Amino acid sequence: MSDSIGMPRVRVATTSLAGCFGCHMSLLDMDERLLELAKVVEFDRSPLTDIKHCGPCDIGLIEGGVCNAENVHVLREFRRNCKTLVAVGACAINGGLPAQRNHLDLGDCLQQVYVKRDGIEEGGVPDDPELPLLLDRVHPIHEVVRVDYFIPGCPPSGDAIWKFLTDLIGGRTPRLAHPLLRFD
Amino acid sequence: MGGKFLFDGQPVPFEDGQTILQAARAAGHYIPHLCWHPDFPPHGSCKLCIVKVGGRHVSSCALPARDGMEVESDTPEINGERRALLQMLFVEGNHFCPSCEKSGNCQLQALAYELDMSSARFAHFYPDRPVDASHPDVLLDFNRCIFCELCVRASRDVDHKGVFALTDRGIRKHLVVNAESGRLADTDFAVGDRAADICPVGVILRKRVGFAVPIGERKYDEASISTVAMEKGE
Ligand code: SF4
Ligand code: SF4
Ligand code: FES
Repeated sequence: MSDSIGMPRVRVATTSLAGCFGCHMSLLDMDERLLELAKVVEFDRSPLTDIKHCGPCDIGLIEGGVCNAENVHVLREFRRNCKTLVAVGACAINGGLPAQRNHLDLGDCLQQVYVKRDGIEEGGVPDDPELPLLLDRVHPIHEVVRVDYFIPGCPPSGDAIWKFLTDLIGGRTPRLAHPLLRFD
Repeated sequence: MGGKFLFDGQPVPFEDGQTILQAARAAGHYIPHLCWHPDFPPHGSCKLCIVKVGGRHVSSCALPARDGMEVESDTPEINGERRALLQMLFVEGNHFCPSCEKSGNCQLQALAYELDMSSARFAHFYPDRPVDASHPDVLLDFNRCIFCELCVRASRDVDHKGVFALTDRGIRKHLVVNAESGRLADTDFAVGDRAADICPVGVILRKRVGFAVPIGERKYDEASISTVAMEKGE
């Protein structure tokens, strides 16, 4: 696909691993600038398109850390296909809220939530084969694949994502300076 | 007697006994620091204040200024080393800023912004450090301790209570509370102590005031730590 002046559009894929979709909401929070972006970008795999697998792309945006086997597969698929891979948000960068279980034993956690919790009568740890296997620890994505850039924030603001993407697409080295650079 | 030295190429006057960091600040030049505090003698542990003098790394918070020194501070090389030190501090503890009451007012976080740190780069340790919520007025969240010993010094030298201490070495180093039970409630620590508001990060936290200041109005939301440090003398 190309825009009116014949420039090929930048192909972007996005996904949420162990995230809350807050970073994707922030992407939408660019408001009318989304229309600007739509002139130069087309989306591959993303919750916005419902394409199920990532094809060759220029930019991959990853929200969330890696908490289960499926996250590992998806992340590797993105790394294989995306020229530039970006960790978006606190969870992709340091595991975030899900990683706060990392100093606990996973078995104890599951017992506490699904078996021992008050009000549970016939509890049992879910074991449907369809469910992805949990990892013993939640990992930041850079512990699993090489990551080119990081956009911190919980979530990063629409302004920060806009600044980053327009720099990257415009051929400038993306740099977020204070106060766009934020960890919360 | 005093004299003059060159700081990043600019002449800086000093008086006898002043450290490089003190003289540079007095002349309006910010040097990053974490374990140094204007009200306390230098401690020399965090190394954020490293500068190069004659090609050698020194702690500017501890080294007395000397006439004719040539000091390098704000260079890509030294800032890169400072950033790596910050990254190590981040992965050694559990720093989940979005759920930390100190966020926006934290010197470690603000320095990370100042030095363009966008990720902690290294593998995270995720240590197990239970919190101490025993005291009626103050919570201790050890997950974020950077071992600057400011609380140790404040409690010992100003409050004369000796509530805090560091114990063990290297990777096992940690902060302890000086009571048989190890609990803050079993000491004479009080919310009015100097040690109660000295922590540069989110370990020693007053209860019932967390998140009271909205995002946008916190200390480092708009102004960078270098600006705040120079304007407010912190
Ligand atoms: S102490 Fe500072 S760096 Fe650590 S979690 Fe709290 S705000 Fe973040
Ligand atoms: S609790 Fe705070 S003041 Fe005390 S050593 Fe740790 S970081 Fe420093
Ligand atoms: S400020 Fe000088 S070593 Fe910490």
